[in-house]
Amino acid sequence: MKTEDNLILKVEDIHKSYGNTEVLKGVSFEVKKGETKVFIGPSGTGKSTLLRCINQLTLPDSGRVWLHGEEVTHSGKNINIYRQKMGMVFQNFNLFDHLTALKNVEISLIKVRGMKKKEATEKALEELKQVGMEAQAGLYPAELSGGQAQRVSIARALAMDPDVMLFDEPTSALDPELTGEVLEVMKKLALGGMTMLVVTHEIGFAYSVANEIIFMEKGRILESGPPQKLVNNPRFERTKQFLSRLSELYKLGDEK
Amino acid sequence: MMDMPFLKDVLIPPLLEGLVVTLKLIICSIPFGFVTGILIATGRVYGNRYISFLCKVYVIIFKGCPLLMLLFIIYFGLPSLGISFSPFCAAVIGFVICNGAYNSEYIRGAIQSVKYGQMRAALALGMTMRQAIMNIILPQAMRRAVPGISNEIIYLIKYSSLAYMLTCIELTGAGKIVASRYFKFTFVFMVIGFIYLMLVTIASKLLGMLEKKLEIPGLIK
Ligand SMILES: Nc1ncnc2c1ncn2[C@@H]1O[C@H](COP(=O)(O)OP(=O)(O)OP(=O)(O)O)[C@@H](O)[C@H]1O
Ligand SMILES: [Mg+2]
Repeated sequence: MKTEDNLILKVEDIHKSYGNTEVLKGVSFEVKKGETKVFIGPSGTGKSTLLRCINQLTLPDSGRVWLHGEEVTHSGKNINIYRQKMGMVFQNFNLFDHLTALKNVEISLIKVRGMKKKEATEKALEELKQVGMEAQAGLYPAELSGGQAQRVSIARALAMDPDVMLFDEPTSALDPELTGEVLEVMKKLALGGMTMLVVTHEIGFAYSVANEIIFMEKGRILESGPPQKLVNNPRFERTKQFLSRLSELYKLGDEK
Repeated sequence: MMDMPFLKDVLIPPLLEGLVVTLKLIICSIPFGFVTGILIATGRVYGNRYISFLCKVYVIIFKGCPLLMLLFIIYFGLPSLGISFSPFCAAVIGFVICNGAYNSEYIRGAIQSVKYGQMRAALALGMTMRQAIMNIILPQAMRRAVPGISNEIIYLIKYSSLAYMLTCIELTGAGKIVASRYFKFTFVFMVIGFIYLMLVTIASKLLGMLEKKLEIPGLIK
């Protein structure tokens, strides 16, 4: 498949059912290099499932995903190569509990990329520095605050030099006073040109950082558009309702 | 009751020889039992349906079969099929099979107690399933399995005496010979019991230290 040069990710008609419930009912979108897209929508709408279908942690029933014009779906063993190129950040951090912050970042460099230990340590420290966590490099996940843990997990994903980053509610498990430090790192990333897909209810972040907000409901994209347009002038009543609830909760335009 | 010359000149020398055999039995069995446990548990949790089934059958059979019977089959039964082992080897094989079956149960439970998010994160970084199991899941699971495996090692120390039934003269066997010759059963077996108690105590202490050493900082169990 030939693509425009700046098209990084293409998601086409993803369907996924669990038992009799169809969780994703045909989701398609495209992401260009350097874009940040924010997914919002009610709980149980399939946002997490969608992100996991993109890197094949969950296998979609049908539909296809391309990264740089190469098909990620049905890629067999090559999936491990594509996954390296798609960093993922989880709501619960999922740091490796038995490894220090440094080793969390290092391990995939050594085991997956085959880097020498010394080189990997250097790169890992560099990544930790990017998220302001180099001072805690020797601490174990259980010794970190939620905000710190999430920043380490971002560093861990970034260490693989991904082409796109997938964030699944990266601040939802954090105390309100800790969300700021994580959002700041994400904002810096986005401004630095990283391509990002972010599921979040931090509408302030979406408003100030996203190129596009995608509103999902019941397994479909209901509408999408630039933040200003979607927030100020949504097409559907449902979008409006949902956004106004979010704004109440998360304060629109709150500069974190 | 306390008969020093008997203890020193008659009992201790053969007991020491027996103790060496007991220690050899234990030390040979532990690593193989450990590896067997890991293989069976991993096969059961992550293997395809056939491997998983085979591992399950293994556990059912060897957890259910009395160890002594297993030892008899290995030592007295297999030669009729043309496979024969020395008493020592037969005992070690039996112990490893049995110890491995029990270990695998602890390890399987431990693997399943590692949250699936750990696997997800590992795969998301581009690790293969195998890399994720080896580098992420097992290191965490094995730590959780340590108390259970320690218990099995303690049992192993005690049931190593069954080797005597295969004419492998270890601690208990050596004592039995002396006791029969001099007809001093109570005294001899009290001494032997004391030695086992010492072995178990030392092993518990060492295993406790190991557990402490493997503890993950900040993690409250
Ligand atoms: N492994 C699974 N097995 C069965 N059902 C699942 C599984 N994963 C998700 N679901 C169901 O799929 C639906 C969508 O889940 P998903 O987690 O993708 O929603 P979400 O939009 O991320 O919601 P939230 O905002 O609460 O995170 C839910 O109804 C959920 O119960
Ligand atoms: Mg979700």
